[in-house]
Amino acid sequence: MNGVFLGLPVNIWTILAAAIVTYGTRIGGHLLLSRFKRIPPRIDAALNAVPAAVLTTLVAPAVITGSAEALTLAVCLLIGLRAPVMAMLGIGWAMIVALRAAGL
Amino acid sequence: MPPTRSEFIQGVRASLPIVAASAPFGLLFGALAVDHGLTVGEAVLMSALVFAGASQMVGLELFSAHVAPWIIVLSVFAVNFRHVLYSAALGRRLVLMSGWQKAIAFFFMTDPQYAAAEARADSKTPVTLNWYMGMGLPIYSFWVLEGWIGALFGRLITDPAALGIDFLLPIYFMGLVLGFRERPNWLPVVIASGLGSVAAFYTVGSPWHVSFGTLAAVVVALVLPAPADAADVEAVEVTP
Repeated sequence: MNGVFLGLPVNIWTILAAAIVTYGTRIGGHLLLSRFKRIPPRIDAALNAVPAAVLTTLVAPAVITGSAEALTLAVCLLIGLRAPVMAMLGIGWAMIVALRAAGL
Repeated sequence: MPPTRSEFIQGVRASLPIVAASAPFGLLFGALAVDHGLTVGEAVLMSALVFAGASQMVGLELFSAHVAPWIIVLSVFAVNFRHVLYSAALGRRLVLMSGWQKAIAFFFMTDPQYAAAEARADSKTPVTLNWYMGMGLPIYSFWVLEGWIGALFGRLITDPAALGIDFLLPIYFMGLVLGFRERPNWLPVVIASGLGSVAAFYTVGSPWHVSFGTLAAVVVALVLPAPADAADVEAVEVTP
């Protein structure tokens, strides 16, 4: 993709367009919702579920990629119920490196 | 103004684990970008304007595949579609900000930024612009800087998997999921999201599993009645 359009490389135009649609997703949900004067309770309950829901989707596929990954996340789950996130991150990091080095 | 300053510092503190965890990805993006035919300037421009790691990586895959530019843009949009849901939810937490402040804040809304703002609202702490930018600016600055360094020095990280770097974000995200466990219907939401995302991961594939898993969980939350005691707790705290 080395063409030029209106004096700029096509790559630059593509990046600019990608930036615009990305900002659109970032502000779009708010703009849509702010048309309501008050947020209905059902919608509010649904939106309250979004953070845990979306973060779970970023973890779930990692659980099923291999036994080293699954074991690490299981241990991290137990640690995470008691300890702060940084402790969990440190122990989890050590575990995944060790388990992968062991060929699991 | 000490309270304002400490709000900003609190935000900076909240950014530190994110800056550390995302550094390898920022560097990797820069290195891969040059590898996939972008110039150093284009790589930095993409990090600075798009500022969404996963979609930038997907964009790179397509730049090198010589597909039509509109397909690249559409793919970036698809990967970032989850932001629409964050945005709708986060808007309710930014009531202290004016219109243009919100417009700026939304530019800096990444997954961890969104999650941290929700967590802050959960602990009944107001989400101010100072706190928000205290967290957002370091993440942004380092992200752009790393894209540049990565592009300059090429493959700094030869094997991220051996160093476990690819696995830091899933662990971190799981910690955040656990942090929301006091919310109503947390367990059914997490189960629905987990099942939905894995099913979508194997059928339609990544990155759609994010949107589909989230939608499955949101439908569950929409259908399930909110536990009455949870509503009571909130009502009690609003009463002086």
